[in-house]
Amino acid sequence: MKYMFLIYLDEAKFAPMSQDERDGFVNAMLDYDEELRASGNYLISEALKFPSEAITVRTWDGSLSTTDGPFAETKEHLSGFHIVEARDLNEAVALAARMPLSRVGSIEVRPIDHLERIEK
Amino acid sequence: MDAPAPIPRGGLIEGAYREHSRKVLATLIRLLGDFDLAEEALHDAFVAAADRWPREGVPGNPSAWLVSAGRFRAIDKLRRRARFRAMEPELAEQIVSDAEEGEEMADAVIKDDQLRLIFTCCHPALPQPAQVALTLRELCGLTTEEIARAFLARPPALAQRIVRAKARIREERIPYEVPELSALPERLDAVLRVIYLVYNEGYSAHSGTELIRADLSAEAVRLGRLMLDLLPQGETMGLLALMLLHDSRRDARTTPDGEVILLADQDRTLWDRALIEEGFGLIDRAFATRQIGPYTLQAAIAAVHTRARTADETDWGEIVGLYDVLMRASPSPVVRLNRAVAVGMHQGPQAGLALVNALLEEGDLSDYHLTYAAQADFYRRAGDKPAARQAYEQALELALQEPERRFLQKRLQELGEGGGGTS
Repeated sequence: MKYMFLIYLDEAKFAPMSQDERDGFVNAMLDYDEELRASGNYLISEALKFPSEAITVRTWDGSLSTTDGPFAETKEHLSGFHIVEARDLNEAVALAARMPLSRVGSIEVRPIDHLERIEK
Repeated sequence: MDAPAPIPRGGLIEGAYREHSRKVLATLIRLLGDFDLAEEALHDAFVAAADRWPREGVPGNPSAWLVSAGRFRAIDKLRRRARFRAMEPELAEQIVSDAEEGEEMADAVIKDDQLRLIFTCCHPALPQPAQVALTLRELCGLTTEEIARAFLARPPALAQRIVRAKARIREERIPYEVPELSALPERLDAVLRVIYLVYNEGYSAHSGTELIRADLSAEAVRLGRLMLDLLPQGETMGLLALMLLHDSRRDARTTPDGEVILLADQDRTLWDRALIEEGFGLIDRAFATRQIGPYTLQAAIAAVHTRARTADETDWGEIVGLYDVLMRASPSPVVRLNRAVAVGMHQGPQAGLALVNALLEEGDLSDYHLTYAAQADFYRRAGDKPAARQAYEQALELALQEPERRFLQKRLQELGEGGGGTS
C-alpha cells in the first residue's frame, strides 16, 4: 500500500538552533531518503519552500482569485512530503517515526486513495 | 530511479514470505530485542532475498539465511544511525553486541522463539484488544488494515493500539520469554482465550464482511495447530478440538442466502467428517492428559451433538452432566444459560424455563438476546403463545446481526399463524 508523509514544521523551533544543527537535519534527511531507497520503501519525496513563496488559487465563481500564502495562518506549515510503499499502516508509522524531522515536527501519515473513473 | 522495486507480490518471494516470515520475525525479535527493529530487519532480509535468490537460487535453510541477512542489515543500520542520534551510541553498541552473540537457528530454538512471541503478544500486562491485534499482526502476519476491517474498527485506531502495545512491552520491559512452569497454566489460558476470541469473531460473522471474518476463524485454527505443535497441553488440544468441531458444521449452518440454520435443523450429512475425526482424536488425547479444563469440556459437549445421527437422538442427559462439570470448572452466566437449554431439552420446557427465569431474576444476561430467545423457545414448546411472543420481541430488540433478527422474526410470524405449541 502507498502512504504519504506530510511533514509539518514550526519554523520557530529552528530559530534557536546552530547552523551546524540545521545542516545536520538536512544531511540526516538525505540519509533517511537513501535508507528508504535501499529498503525499497521509497517512491518520491520533495522539500517545499516557505509558505511566503506560495499563492493560493480559487475559481469559485468562475473568475480567478489569488491570495498570498497558504489558506490558514497556523504555526506549523507543510514543508515537505514523502510517498512510500509499506506493508500496512503500522509499517508506515514505523518508517515515519524514523524520519529525523519527526523529532521536531509532526508527520501526518495518510493512506493514498485510488480514484476510478465513474462511467455514466 | 535507482530504488530497488518493493518486495514483489507474486511468486518465489511471496511464497517464502508466507512460509518463513513469522518464524524469522520471532527469532529476530529475540536477537534484536525490539519489535520495530525486528520488523525492519525482516523487511530488509526479504529485500535481500528478492535481489539474490532469483540469481543465486534459494538457500538450503531459507529461515536461517533470512535471520542472518536481517540481523546483519539491522546491525549495519544501527551503527549508521548512531552517528546522527547522539543519545544512541551505547544503546546501539549494546544491541549490536547482543545481536552478534545471539545463537543461531537450532530447531528447538526456533520453536521457543515462536512461543516467546505468542506469550509476549498475549501478555496479561496488555489490554485484551491489544493482545488480539498484536497476535493477528505479528503472529498471523495480517496487515493493520485487514485486522481493522475484520473487527469493524478504523485503521488509525487499530494502528495506535498496536503502537501503544509495543511501547508498553518496551517500557515495562516485558521479557521475551516462555513463562516458567508455575505461571504457565495462567499464561497459557490468556493465549487460548485470544485464539478463541479470534475464532468466535470469525464464526459469528454473517453480514457483508462475512468473507474477511471467516478468515479469522481459519487464522484461529492455524494458531491452534501451531500451539498444539509447540505446547501440547490438554487445554490446547481441547480448544483446537472445539474449534474443529464447530468448523465441521460450517457448510450446514447457513442457507445459501445466509439464513441461520439451527443445530437441530441442520443437514448432518454436510458435516465435515475429516474435521470431526480430528476433533474426536484430540478430545481423547486431552482427556488422557488428565488436565481437563473448560475448552476440553466444551469440546466434549460439541462431540455429543456430533455423535447424534439425528437431533432427536442427542444424548441430552450426557450434555447436562458435562455442563454440571463445566459449571464447577468455569462457572459463568453463559454456561448457566447453555445448561438451562440442555435441561429444557432433557426434562421438558418447564424445567428449562425455571432455570432461565431464575437467571433473569438475578439480573444476569438480562441484556443478552439469546437469553430471551431460549425463554421464548421454552414458552413456545410449553404452549404459552403470548409469553413466547413477548420474549421473542425482547430478543429482537437486543439482537444486532441481521440473520439472527430474520430468524427471530420468522419464529414470531409462525406464532401469529397459530402454528405454535409443538416443536
